[in-house]
Amino acid sequence: MSFKSNLRILGALLHKELMLMKRNPIIPKIIFIMPIGVMLLLPLVATMDVRNVNITVVDNDRSQLSRRLVADMDATAELKVTDIVGTHSEAVRNVENGDADVILTIPPHWSRDLSQLYVEANGVNATKGTLGAQYVSASLMTTLGKWQTAHGISMTVPAVTVKNSYNPTLNFRNFMIPALLIILLIIICGFLPALNLVSEKESGTIEAMNVTPVGRFTFVLSKLIPFWVAAIFVITVGMLTGWLVYDLWPEGSVWDIYVASILFSLVMSGLGVAIANRSATMLQAIFVMFAFIMIFQLMGGLFTPISSMPQWAQIVTYAVPPRYFNEIIRAIYLKGASMSDLWTQYVCLAGIAVLISLFAAWSYKKRA
Amino acid sequence: MNEDNYAISVRGLTKRFGSFTAVDHISFDVGRGEIFGFLGANGAGKTTAMRMLCGLSRPTAGAGTVAGCDINTQSEMIKRRIGYMSQKFSLYEGLTVTENLRLFATIYGMSDRAIREQSNRVFSLLDMDNMRDTLVKDIPVGWKQKLAFASATIHRPDIVFLDEPTGGVDPVTRRKFWELIYRVSSEGMTVFVTTHYLDEAEYCNRVSIMVDGRITALDTPEALKSEYHADTMDQVFRIVARQATRGE
Repeated sequence: MSFKSNLRILGALLHKELMLMKRNPIIPKIIFIMPIGVMLLLPLVATMDVRNVNITVVDNDRSQLSRRLVADMDATAELKVTDIVGTHSEAVRNVENGDADVILTIPPHWSRDLSQLYVEANGVNATKGTLGAQYVSASLMTTLGKWQTAHGISMTVPAVTVKNSYNPTLNFRNFMIPALLIILLIIICGFLPALNLVSEKESGTIEAMNVTPVGRFTFVLSKLIPFWVAAIFVITVGMLTGWLVYDLWPEGSVWDIYVASILFSLVMSGLGVAIANRSATMLQAIFVMFAFIMIFQLMGGLFTPISSMPQWAQIVTYAVPPRYFNEIIRAIYLKGASMSDLWTQYVCLAGIAVLISLFAAWSYKKRA
Repeated sequence: MNEDNYAISVRGLTKRFGSFTAVDHISFDVGRGEIFGFLGANGAGKTTAMRMLCGLSRPTAGAGTVAGCDINTQSEMIKRRIGYMSQKFSLYEGLTVTENLRLFATIYGMSDRAIREQSNRVFSLLDMDNMRDTLVKDIPVGWKQKLAFASATIHRPDIVFLDEPTGGVDPVTRRKFWELIYRVSSEGMTVFVTTHYLDEAEYCNRVSIMVDGRITALDTPEALKSEYHADTMDQVFRIVARQATRGE
C-alpha cells in the first residue's frame, strides 16, 4: 500500500483513539490531574531535607562560651537543643527514648584549654544522624570562629566553607522536581499505551484489526502518537507547576528538555508496546510494567546517586534509560547545560529509543 | 484442478499447539459464490481452521489458496480480499455505528464517497437508519450481529468468513440474518460459515463436518442425508459427531 493511503488509515485510527479516549471516563482525567497533583503534592512530602534535629547537650563546662555554643546552635533552622543534662548517661537515655538525635558533650574546663568536643549521632536514621552531626559541627565552628576573632585569638580551627553549586540552598525540592517529571513520563508513556493495547486484546477488537490489511506499524503508531502528545502536555504542565508553585524553572533551554522528553517517551512507549505484545491480560502487563518501573526508579539515579551504587550496579545503570534522561533533565534544570554538553546522553537515549521501538514493532504479530 | 475456479482450496492444512493437533490435515475446496457450511462440535477445530484461512494463525503444515493468494506466504494479501466476523463481537463499543463502519472501510482503502454510499446502502438494508449515531455498546445483540456482518462485508470482499454469526440470536433475527447471507451470496460473494444450528446447515450449498480436527463428511445437505439415511441435517450431525473421541 502506498504511503498516502497508509497516512489516511493512520488518520482514521487516530480519530478512533481520540474518540475512545474522549469517551473514556478515566484516562483523560488521569492525563490532566496526575501531573498537577503529583507536582503540587509530592515535592512537599517527598523531601529528604533534614530538619528538627534534636540535640541533648552534656555541659560539664558551664562557662560563658559553652552557653553561647548552645544558644547559637538552638538558633539555627535545623537544630533544636531540647535538653541540657549533667551526665552522659542521661543524654544516652534521651537518645534511647527517641528524644535526641545528636549528643554534644562539652568536657570540664573546656573553655580554658579549648580541647576536644564530642559529637555523637544516633545512626538508626542514617541520613538524619550524619547530617545532624554535620550541622552541629558547622554550628560549633561558626561560633568558635566568631568568638576567637572577637577575642583576638589567631585561628586554631581550620575554616571550612562548603558552597553548594547549582542548588545553592541545598533544597531537596529542586532535586525532586526533575525526578517527578521523569516518573510522570514513565507512567503516561509506558503504562497507558500498554494497557490500551492489552485492553484491545481482552475485548477482542485487536483481532478485528489483525484480520484487516492494516499495517502493523500504522496500527502501533496510532496507539503511540496520542501518548506522545500527552507526554508533551504532561511535561509542559509539570514545568509550569514547578515554576508557579516552587519558582523552579530550567536554567537551560526548554527546547532541549522537550527533545529529551520526546526521546524518553519513545523509549517508554516502545517498552510499553513490547510488554503488551507479550501479555495476554492487563494483569500480566501491569505486573511486568511494575517490575520495570521499580528498577527504573531505584537504578535510574532519580532518588539515590548512581555514584554511590556498587560497581556492578553502576554498570547495569547504563542499560537503564531513565539514567540518561535524569542526567539531562537535572543538568538542564539546575546547571543550565545545553544539548552540546550532554550529547552523549542524548545519543544513548536516542539509540535505546530506536532499538526498543524496532523491537516493539517486530514483536507485534498480526498472525499467531 | 484449476485453482481459479475455487475461492478456497486447501490441502493437508494442519495446526498443532504443542502436542495437541487442533486441525489435522484437512483438505477441501470451496467454489466461488458458494455458501459453505463448516460444522463440528465444540473443540473440533473449526475456529482454528478458519483463523488459518484468514491469516490470523500460521499453519503448522499444509498448503492452499484463499481468494487466489497463498495462505502461507501471502496472508496480508488475503486480508484485503476477505471479510471476517469473529465468534466474539469485536467492533469498538465506544464508537458509534457510523464511526465503526467508517474506520473499517477506510482501512480497506475505500474512498470517502464509496464509504458514504455503502453506509447508506447498509443502513437501509439493515433497517438501522435511526441508529447511525448510537454508540455500539448501546445497541441490542441482534443488531450488533447485523452490524458486525455489515462491517465484514462493507468493502465487498471476495469471501466472507462468519464464525457462529447467529450465536445467541432469536429465531426471527436468525432467519433475517440468513436472508442477508443469501443476498451477498447472490451478488457473487463466497460465504464460509460455521454454525451450531443444524437448520442453518440446510441453507448451505455444501456442508463439511469436522470431528476431532478432521473433516469426516463433506457434501451437499441432500447427499449427506441420503448417505447417512437421515431426514434432517441434525440426524446426520448426530451420527457423524458420535465418532468423536476428543472431549470438549
